[in-house]
Amino acid sequence: MRDYGVFDILGPIMIGPSSSHTAGAARLAKVAGIIAGGNITKVSFLLHGSFAKTYRGHGTDKALVAGVLNMDPWDENLKDSFKIAEEKGIEIIFAETDLGDVHPNTVKFIITKMDGSITEVIGSSIGGGNITVINIDSQVVEFTGERPTILTSHKDLPGVISKISSILYEENINIANMRVFRSQKGKMQTMALETDSLISEDLMDKIKNIKEIENVKFINPLMEGGN
Amino acid sequence: MFVSTGGELIDICSLEDTPIWEYTIREEMEKSELTRVDVIEKMRKNLHVMLSSSMLAQEKEIKSVSGLIGGDAYKLRKYADRGNTLTGSFMVRAMASALSSSEVNAAMGRIVASPTAGSCGILPAVIISAAEMLNKNEDDMINALFTASGVGIIIAKNATLAGAEGGCQAECGSAAAMGSAAVVEMMGGTPAQALNAAAMVLKNILGLVCDPVAGLVEVPCAKRNYAGTVSALTTADVAMAGVESKIPFDEVVWAMSKVGRQLPPELRETAQGGIAVTPTGLKLKKEIFGQ
Ligand code: SF4
Repeated sequence: MRDYGVFDILGPIMIGPSSSHTAGAARLAKVAGIIAGGNITKVSFLLHGSFAKTYRGHGTDKALVAGVLNMDPWDENLKDSFKIAEEKGIEIIFAETDLGDVHPNTVKFIITKMDGSITEVIGSSIGGGNITVINIDSQVVEFTGERPTILTSHKDLPGVISKISSILYEENINIANMRVFRSQKGKMQTMALETDSLISEDLMDKIKNIKEIENVKFINPLMEGGN
Repeated sequence: MFVSTGGELIDICSLEDTPIWEYTIREEMEKSELTRVDVIEKMRKNLHVMLSSSMLAQEKEIKSVSGLIGGDAYKLRKYADRGNTLTGSFMVRAMASALSSSEVNAAMGRIVASPTAGSCGILPAVIISAAEMLNKNEDDMINALFTASGVGIIIAKNATLAGAEGGCQAECGSAAAMGSAAVVEMMGGTPAQALNAAAMVLKNILGLVCDPVAGLVEVPCAKRNYAGTVSALTTADVAMAGVESKIPFDEVVWAMSKVGRQLPPELRETAQGGIAVTPTGLKLKKEIFGQ
């Protein structure tokens, strides 16, 4: 029997109409935007399954655009996201696609940045506003963004993970969950590490300084609240 | 950990001589490791969003994203203000208030999922109208939200709050049951009376299917929110009169869970049955999504 808290029953505060098709979509897109790392000039949203069939009626498209603009799922400007994207000069493309055997509410983001680099993220809105990210730049991953998450891409060498965990130990931060995903080539590893407490700027800097790490992203959870 | 059944909830409340809301606040403090003030302030945020969503569409006409619904909360409020109603302006305004949150939700406005977005109109309408009628203040409304969520926790543990799993009885039915229990405590009723109200509401809505037209949370959802509101408010009176549910709350929740599992997938949020596949339901779907 699951243990529920009061705010699992009353909440979240969200922009309607649908926790999976609107609020979850906004949350997912926000995480995708963080993974891409800002300065976005163009986003293609490839919608799969139920997302592809019903996105207009649920405002899924507006929520997705709002998310990549870094808006929160409870931001009342969410419905004007297309206009805001246009003002910021961000090109938006929507297309329907078949991503295969994935959750019906799945979307693939192809995000182009100012420097021309492209980030691809695939994720699903799995109900109640919850999400999972399942693929980043063709690398299989799995994390929910509910806890603070450190996402690294590093050389597949012994000792890298222990360097990260000893930094966390020094800072007295608990590791809640850790998953390592090897790329096909076997030279790089992607790791999704979830912690129990928020990741500070200071800690981010320390982890960035580990030389075997090519790329690291920090995804602190969206603190619910509104106002 | 929060108790698992309504029976245990009544026992512990009587043992500690507290209402459901007080027990719920204490358990939440323990679970979340937050202070009492923090837990209450978090709920106050929910209440503030509810206050605004339940008013917004009464004050001006709001259209949904798909264009399917909108403007009905406004109509009802105007009608209540004209004063020639059958069920009295209290009831008609409560219904307007329920429709308001549902319309705001469908128009991409801000709401609190309570417990879901589809049923987001019921609890605010029930608690805010009752508080106005009974001259209660903001803190009383916050307490009522804790009563409601305490009852919701028990339902979630033993059944479900999701239309996709249990049909609309699980969403709008649970919301109304939670609201009715909350009003009973607001009126000074005991935890046992509160759960009697919740049981009666659930019995009266047992079997309600989930059949949203075009898969959108609009038709019949919005109107089920006013219906749930009426049921919650009237049943609070029934429980306060001392009427008891012949079948105890826990057994009604058990029945609701079982009925939910017996519902075919067509009647669980897939938009493949019920109102969704009526000729008009299908026509509306075609108008919105094409083909
Ligand atoms: S019909 Fe279905 S979608 Fe609509 S309120 Fe009821 S449970 Fe929710």
